[in-house]
Amino acid sequence: MSSGPPSTSQAVRGPTSAVPAIRMVDIEKSFGAIMANRGASLEVMPGEIHALVGENGAGKSTLMRILGGLMKPDTGRVEVNGRDVTGWSTNDAIASGIGIVHQHFMLVPTLSVAENLVLGCEPKTQGVVLDYKRAADDVRKLSNETGLVIEPERLVSDLSVGEAQRVEILKVLFRGARILVLDEPTAVLSPPEVRELWAVLRRLRDKGDTIVLITHRLDEVVQLSDTITVMRAGQTVARIKTSETTPAEIARLMVGREVSLSAGKRVQPVARPSDLRPDQGLDVRNLGITGSHGVRVVDGVTFKVSPGEILGIAGVEGNGQTELIEALAGLRTVAGGEMLIDGVEITRRSVAQRHDAGLSHIPEDRHRRGLILEYTIANNLILGVQKYFSKNGIIDRARVMENALEEIASFDIRPPNPLLVARVLSGGNQQKVVVAREMGRSFSVLLASQPTRGVDVGAIEFIHQQLLDARAQGKAILLVSAELNEVLALSDRIAVMYRGKFAVVMPAAEASEEVLGEYMIGTKKGNAA
Amino acid sequence: MTASSAAVAPKTISSAPWRERAEEALIPPLVALLVALICGDLLILSYGQSPATVYRLLLEGTWGNAYGFGQVLYKATTLAFTGLAVSFGLRAGLFNIGAESQLAAGGFAAALTGLALPMGTPLILALPVCMIAAGLAGGAVGSVPAYLKTRFGAHEVIVTIMLNFIVLALLNWFIAGHLHVPETLHTPEIHAGVLPRLADIDSRFHGSAANLALIVAALVAVAVWFYLFRSRGGYDLRAVGLQPQAAEYGGISVGRVWMRALTFSGVIAGMGGINYVLGYKHYYEDGFASGAGFLGIAVALVGRNHPFGVLIAAFFFATLSQGGLAIHAFVPKQMMDVLQGVVILAVAMAVPEVRRVLRGARRRVDA
Repeated sequence: MSSGPPSTSQAVRGPTSAVPAIRMVDIEKSFGAIMANRGASLEVMPGEIHALVGENGAGKSTLMRILGGLMKPDTGRVEVNGRDVTGWSTNDAIASGIGIVHQHFMLVPTLSVAENLVLGCEPKTQGVVLDYKRAADDVRKLSNETGLVIEPERLVSDLSVGEAQRVEILKVLFRGARILVLDEPTAVLSPPEVRELWAVLRRLRDKGDTIVLITHRLDEVVQLSDTITVMRAGQTVARIKTSETTPAEIARLMVGREVSLSAGKRVQPVARPSDLRPDQGLDVRNLGITGSHGVRVVDGVTFKVSPGEILGIAGVEGNGQTELIEALAGLRTVAGGEMLIDGVEITRRSVAQRHDAGLSHIPEDRHRRGLILEYTIANNLILGVQKYFSKNGIIDRARVMENALEEIASFDIRPPNPLLVARVLSGGNQQKVVVAREMGRSFSVLLASQPTRGVDVGAIEFIHQQLLDARAQGKAILLVSAELNEVLALSDRIAVMYRGKFAVVMPAAEASEEVLGEYMIGTKKGNAA
Repeated sequence: MTASSAAVAPKTISSAPWRERAEEALIPPLVALLVALICGDLLILSYGQSPATVYRLLLEGTWGNAYGFGQVLYKATTLAFTGLAVSFGLRAGLFNIGAESQLAAGGFAAALTGLALPMGTPLILALPVCMIAAGLAGGAVGSVPAYLKTRFGAHEVIVTIMLNFIVLALLNWFIAGHLHVPETLHTPEIHAGVLPRLADIDSRFHGSAANLALIVAALVAVAVWFYLFRSRGGYDLRAVGLQPQAAEYGGISVGRVWMRALTFSGVIAGMGGINYVLGYKHYYEDGFASGAGFLGIAVALVGRNHPFGVLIAAFFFATLSQGGLAIHAFVPKQMMDVLQGVVILAVAMAVPEVRRVLRGARRRVDA
């Protein structure tokens, strides 16, 4: 196994070491009105582990699809090992040694590991019958060389998630890939599986392979990569040596958009109403949620949000925030624990019953959950409260329209036409429709998840002001945001979520980007409440 | 439109999006029709006939005389019911392929009820009772895929297709084994619930099967429209069809909506059975549905899932079907089946394609 690198790797590394393995310049790619890449670039040297980081929707996956030949760029240039390959096909890409390991496994569950690996290039005896033994031997040999241990005879349907991923990696190596792209490889893995994967990737690098790791987990980036490319909003914003940067800097580059409500400007404590009962607000006790692969995505989280308080949850995305909010909103079943609103137990209640108990929810994804894009603004403004706008089962259209005109005026939704379908509005105005609906009615607890994502600066300020006004009126607000600035500027207390747990809960006055950053990447563990 | 021009709202709320939507609803089917006409020309020419002559005959045989027109209306009535049924399911995002057996079950129930009612029951009483029976039977068939989908996640397309075989075979067994008039495959004539024919009102329609069920179909279309676009249930149902996750977020129980949508889809299809049983033959005959349930899928698609669009599409498909008989002397009537197929394919392909072009053109105009 360690008898020295194969000769091919010498050929790649020796004479061409000055030529980047991948060089993508000024890539632009749009889908209709959406620009997924606008001047993205990437330069990866042979034999390095290169981390490509950025928030969801920053354009990482699009860039890699272009590299893999699944898409053609609108403009820009793609070079692999110094050769211009712009607009090539997937077959060209595979033949040139590019191997993409997708986030979602693409394996045939009813076939064995070996059969999956040789699919499409099966060894045959007499050119007809599948030479099963040779396939299995080839796989075992490769498996031993790389340390990706797996029995070739096992059925893919019997494998664990971590094992299935090993097969995916073996599959691209089997096709002769020397440049590996791994898209969010640890999203579904447990910590020991992650460590194992790291070891394999390091071994492959030392053998001379080039690895691009797409991720938004900063701890992985810092632990593993040699070089980092940061993308934001379709553009490449930085290319740095891992040894010359800090997690805080990476985090800032990833999420750091200039927001007018910048860090440093902090909310002042408000006088709480004196007649509070102790059980008012949101009370969450030992909440546990099991994810789709049996992983504990939220693991024993306990917290309270009092009236007139904003509790901000910071953290790198994918550490359980989405699941936590969905469980609170009634969109996801919990494995254990309790949730109470104003002292009323809601753990097993339906979404509609939670509404009635005083819960409002600004969901993180307005296109998927928050709006029905083909419905008019007026109809969207009653989603979730439609029963209050109907009599004997008939929608009271006059009141729907009246309500729409009112909300459009007070939340400044443009254009102010209640009959427009939500699809045609800008992102900021779509979000205002959601905010108007959720905050325009009476509620006592608000879940605000990524409330300003993909929203222009003006709307951000407006939405922030709405949140602060609600706080002043004595609402309990749970704010989840990937924007550290936002969390810092709005919250009374800040919790950092890491791997399904609250790593720390601290008063906002004691928090700063640096302090939170360390908890976010898990290098520091605190008073997990 | 710009923000400044819209700032004069609410008094001058722009109707532009409505016009756009109307265009997007109407133009694609018309383009599809054009494509079908061209294909029809080629087919007719391949038989050595003149398209002009054949189309003239087709129009004369359908809209050109009262009898033919009456037959078109009769056929359109059943198609309207099945088309409405399929479109109701589609509005909730569900594909009901079972209208065929639901229609048959409805007709069977209507006939049994008509037989059970005492002779001379007034129509005002007999019609609702028979319709309820027909609706219940259709709804019962429709509720099976609904339950299996909500409870076990079984795909409604598979279940409804398979259920067609089961239900039609069961009905065949009932008729052939127990209820038929000797030497036939139909029940005795019903005692009550016979619907007046159009010919009773205007003798020019003499001989055609068009009957009062036509009015019932139109009323059902209005009811479906009202439910979909004016009621809370319709708001929920369309929300589930458009974006199930957003509906769930809005406190709508997706499973309950599925249950309701498929069951009522079955009810509507079942009620279609009255057209044949109460309006035309006055008995249930094995196999009377003869594809009207399946054609309802095409009617719903061409009618763009809008109740009134479905009525128009039902009329159109009925015309093609009746027209096939009128031109039989010149070209085989199966040509109309081919044309129906072409229309369906053309709509399926033209709708997204033409829409894309329309939207593109609009963007260019705006820019």
